[in-house]
Amino acid sequence: MKSITKSSAKAKLIHFRDTLRYSLHCIVSPFDGFWDLTHEHRGSASAATFIVIMTILTNIWKMRYTSFVFIRVQWEYFNIVLNICSFLLPFFVWVLSNWCLTTLFDGKGTMKDIYIGSAYALTPYVLIQLPMIFASNFITYEEGAFYNYFLSFSIIWCAFLFLASVMQIHDFSFGKAIFSILCILVGMLVIVFIMVLFFSLISEAVAYFISLYKEIAFRFY
Amino acid sequence: MKKIIRSLIPVCCLMLFSALLIQPATASAEEDLFYTYTYDYWGIERESPDAYAMNSVVLGDDFGIGNFNAPEGMFVKDNQLYICDTLNNRIIQFSYANDEFSLVKVVTEVNNNGKPEPILQPYDVFVTDDDEWYIADYGNQRIVYTDNSQNVIGTIYKPEDEETLNADYMFLPKKLVVDSAKRIFVQAENINKGFMEFEDGGEFVGYIGAADVQFDFIKYIYKLISTQEQRDQMEAFVPTEYNNIALDSEGFIYATLSKFESDNASSSKPIRRLNAKGTDILIRNGYYEQIGDVQIGNGGGYNGSSKFADVTVLDNDCYYCLDQTRGRVFGYDFQGNMLYAFGGIGYKQGCFKYPVAIESLGDSLLILDKELGIVTQMTLTEYGTLINKALDTYKIGEYDTSADYWRDVLKLNGNYDLAYIGIGRSLLRQDRFEEAMEYFKLKLDYKNYSKAYKLYRKDRIEDNVKYVFIIFVALLVIVFIKNTVKKIRREVNEE
Repeated sequence: MKSITKSSAKAKLIHFRDTLRYSLHCIVSPFDGFWDLTHEHRGSASAATFIVIMTILTNIWKMRYTSFVFIRVQWEYFNIVLNICSFLLPFFVWVLSNWCLTTLFDGKGTMKDIYIGSAYALTPYVLIQLPMIFASNFITYEEGAFYNYFLSFSIIWCAFLFLASVMQIHDFSFGKAIFSILCILVGMLVIVFIMVLFFSLISEAVAYFISLYKEIAFRFY
Repeated sequence: MKKIIRSLIPVCCLMLFSALLIQPATASAEEDLFYTYTYDYWGIERESPDAYAMNSVVLGDDFGIGNFNAPEGMFVKDNQLYICDTLNNRIIQFSYANDEFSLVKVVTEVNNNGKPEPILQPYDVFVTDDDEWYIADYGNQRIVYTDNSQNVIGTIYKPEDEETLNADYMFLPKKLVVDSAKRIFVQAENINKGFMEFEDGGEFVGYIGAADVQFDFIKYIYKLISTQEQRDQMEAFVPTEYNNIALDSEGFIYATLSKFESDNASSSKPIRRLNAKGTDILIRNGYYEQIGDVQIGNGGGYNGSSKFADVTVLDNDCYYCLDQTRGRVFGYDFQGNMLYAFGGIGYKQGCFKYPVAIESLGDSLLILDKELGIVTQMTLTEYGTLINKALDTYKIGEYDTSADYWRDVLKLNGNYDLAYIGIGRSLLRQDRFEEAMEYFKLKLDYKNYSKAYKLYRKDRIEDNVKYVFIIFVALLVIVFIKNTVKKIRREVNEE
């Protein structure tokens, strides 16, 4: 019994390793890569989650360990939860909005596919920005052009991968992918709007019941 | 319980007794009158020791000449102080010696070829090195210049220049300076083309240093879609007017302007240094532009950004700007770093109600208050002196002495960013890069840090390049040996 769980855990680990390694293939040949990622099940949600976590860590480490020549942080006002949410929230809203709209546009991908594809598209962000944190401590202000070049390069690469992921996961043409990305962005705004509306309504409602309770409590005591 | 109370009684007695022993609280209360501060990298106010302390107040009544009535201008030459007592239509000259002012004379009229002419609402006076008085005779719409005993040498009336001045324009000179070549620069009311320049002899030359137009894109769009009537009611895009002028020791003009929106204080450059062509050559290397208060609150009924009323330049190229919004004095060094700010609005000594002019006299600053009609004298403290010495020695290239002064400053104020950077600079000159980097890093001076780091890195690479080379060669040798061993093995196996 024990050996079976052990071997299955080992198999899981190997699967995780292989799917994670696949992200490297994905980012250099995105059209092939993203097709096989979902259609051939070459990616896994666990590897995707790992990449998302690494992205969050990169964001935090970037603040903490980048040389002060490039990034100066006022630690008194630094909020780690806010930092995490400022990445996670847009990311999941993107996934949600992507799923909502591509379903309408005859997209082939499921929510899981979209999540895996979007997460894999973040790989260059981690791969480039993480070493740049280290490298930033060895370059001067005048050489900052290199630093900024690599940072923007990683962002552009990611953006391109996002486009490729939408195209391949949903089997869209280029034009349709661009159009649906624009729609997804608008959809994200709508989702955020609804969320804010929802929260403000809930808080109003809660405040109402609290005041109601207080009123009753004052009457009886 | 009783026991506790009983044991507390001697303690209380002791406390009362020791309270009698300490100095009366006046010393600390006096310190509380002033609030001196600097801004750090983040634009956060950091309290600092007083750089200037209240010394004395000059009142007209003390000299038996009646109090000043809405004085507008003040001038200092060597140890002579001239005050334009505007609504009393007179100029008063004081002499300053041994920490005391003494009345020299009161000028109410000038002698024009034997005919006395009273001066009307003098706004400003400038006295040249050879004791010629230049008076901005606002009420008489002229500039009059006289010798030391007020015999008129010449007068300047409205220049005949139809191109730029309307026929109904009234020449109302408010502020003026005269440079070493006897050129007169005048800031006159309703002139927005810069300063009027007159040659020696009073001939009008032209305008200098026109402040650029404050262009607002949203206003422009708004203007495009509005009707003609609406447009007429709106303010035109006109260049802003300067409101004061001062000369530094090199003969450059320091100018202030205060007509701008609070939001774009730094883009409107409220303080400028103009060269002969009228170009702004002020050095702006500080954390922030020279705009006075960086954090603009609206406490105490004061809101909006600092509005400079006057500026004075010391011999060491530090300049002090007088803010009318909150009655503060802002000191800047020659690089544009803010040294300290002090003062405030109020009736107590060392505060101002409506400050209009600032001048430096010896190691004091004189601030003229229009509403109260007084001149406040503030004198350098030990702390301020140390900062000045550090700046002076740095300027003449004695970086190590300068660093020593900065270290003394740090003992008095550990929050003083300039001191850290000053020490770092001196360490950098001594090739002590690592320590210099530490000082720069403490105060987030990334540009200087980069300079130090570049040299440090170069040193490190030069020191270690031989090891890198050795490792590289060793790797090559290992790879080579491995390959040969493999080759030999293969050959052996094949056989």
